[in-house]
Amino acid sequence: MIQLQNVSKTFVTGKNKIEALNDVSLEIQKGEIFGVIGYSGAGKSTLIRCVNLLEHPTSGYVFVDGTDIGGLGSNDLRKLRRKIGMIFQGYNLLETANVYDNIAIPLKLAGVPKKVIKERAAKYLEIVGLQDRSQAFPSQLSGGQKQRVAIARALAHEPEVLLSDEATSALDPATTDSILELLLKVNRELGITIFLITHELNVIQRICDRVAVMEKGRIIEQGSVVDIFTKPREPLTKQFVRNESRFKIPDPLLKELLSTGELVNLTFLGESAKDPALATLARKFDVLPSIIAGGIDQLKDQSIGNLLVHLKGETGKIRDAVDFLQSEHIIVEEVIG
Amino acid sequence: MADFLNQWGSAIWQAFIETMEMTAIALILSVIVGIPLGVLLILTRKNGQAENQTVYAILNTVINVIRSIPFIILLFLILPVTKAVAGTTIGVQGVIFPLVVSCAPYIARLMESAMLEVDRGVIEAYQSMGISTPKIVWYVVIREARSSIVLGLTIATIGLIGETAMAGLVGGGGLGDLAYQFGYTRFQPDVMYAVIIILIVIVQCIQSFGNAFARRLKKN
Ligand SMILES: Nc1ncnc2c1ncn2[C@@H]1O[C@H](COP(=O)(O)OP(=O)(O)OP(=O)(O)O)[C@@H](O)[C@H]1O
Ligand SMILES: [Mg+2]
Repeated sequence: MIQLQNVSKTFVTGKNKIEALNDVSLEIQKGEIFGVIGYSGAGKSTLIRCVNLLEHPTSGYVFVDGTDIGGLGSNDLRKLRRKIGMIFQGYNLLETANVYDNIAIPLKLAGVPKKVIKERAAKYLEIVGLQDRSQAFPSQLSGGQKQRVAIARALAHEPEVLLSDEATSALDPATTDSILELLLKVNRELGITIFLITHELNVIQRICDRVAVMEKGRIIEQGSVVDIFTKPREPLTKQFVRNESRFKIPDPLLKELLSTGELVNLTFLGESAKDPALATLARKFDVLPSIIAGGIDQLKDQSIGNLLVHLKGETGKIRDAVDFLQSEHIIVEEVIG
Repeated sequence: MADFLNQWGSAIWQAFIETMEMTAIALILSVIVGIPLGVLLILTRKNGQAENQTVYAILNTVINVIRSIPFIILLFLILPVTKAVAGTTIGVQGVIFPLVVSCAPYIARLMESAMLEVDRGVIEAYQSMGISTPKIVWYVVIREARSSIVLGLTIATIGLIGETAMAGLVGGGGLGDLAYQFGYTRFQPDVMYAVIIILIVIVQCIQSFGNAFARRLKKN
């Protein structure tokens, strides 16, 4: 659906050169929700804005549906942009227009017939759940409601792709959840491909199928969300994932536990209790497991369990036990002081 | 009072009409020139949708130069041009051209700053929906800036009224002319006071109307 090939973007301001994007290649499949995560200044906005040429890459190619969009004339580019909806952190609604007009005016400007405009506005206001606020002005709406209007406005052009530049970053957690829920619905029920960028792992975790991690203008790691959560490779990825899912143990306790055995972090897919595996440790390997902490990360359509387990026993036996756990498809990581 | 009105009523009324006439015609022409100039300024300025440093620099300089010449001097400075453009340098007709030359750049500046207040993000959102720049200018930028535009035009109108008064010096007629001719030259201060009061009332009315109108546009 969307392909970026060796895209670079350098901003020149006076004597300064900022490499916002450095040889980025990505492919977004039709129908998926693809997320890019990174800290502020990583180049995420620049990246997503290259997809509809709000920002022109300094070098590299962007393909949408197989078309090299860098070669489009302004007329074709405008047509293409109508197939690509976009929502923003700042909503970007007309303050002088009510909810209905905020959806209707762009349609009118795009040359959509009057009758169709009415139908679409009604349809998409209903989808975002604002059918009874159509006469309200943006200043009378909450942040979440404004983002819903912005989503309806983007959807009303019936795009194939929706780009989201930090759409939930200005919202509180509960509102964020409801907007993410809406995006999921848009993806599933309308079949719209979503490409989003965010600095919140929660967003990736809740709705994305695949994710790329960005640092200083480069994609440092990408893969399915499950893989990134269970097998992060790069330090930054680990930092993102672990901040969320790892347990923090007070130092004195950690010392005490390590002095009496080994401490391991177990990560496993699915909700099936791993107790049988742990029980086996005691019976077969003479290793006594005790669970120090545990939790479950809910991903889009899978869950990941995390257990912090203390293993007590002879060193050799603990080795065997760990091998056994790994054979059971449990990811084992030793915790060292 | 009755005597004064009998003696001066029709002259004052006549002058009032002339002032209104000059202001209205000059305002309309200045808006016709000034708003497109303002749009050109925001389009060609740095990071504008049609960034063009040369055009912006030229426009910017010309506007600054005209704006730094006091109207009374401009009036005499461009007399030959006025003669060529308007066919005459006296009367209402002769004063419209210099008024527009002075007011249009001012309006361009006011429009530029009003339109600069419009959130870039909104413009980008419309670009991302495949809307062309001319439509964005009209339906987004001018629409969103309309309240500030009205306030700017209010200020420009009041400025124009002041300038029409000076136009009296080239026989432009109007309230300023009346006050000057009779109040000052022939020493009839009561005419001058009457004119001042009328000017104060006009300015107050225009400002209040402009404020109210801008407020209404803002709410919606
Ligand atoms: N128009 C521009 N001119 C100059 N530099 C720019 C411009 N836009 C972005 N940059 C620079 O490019 C780098 C990447 O910016 P970008 O906005 O893409 O980051 P981001 O990952 O979206 O950050 P944030 O999370 O804060 O939005 C930054 O160093 C920024 O200062
Ligand atoms: Mg950003």
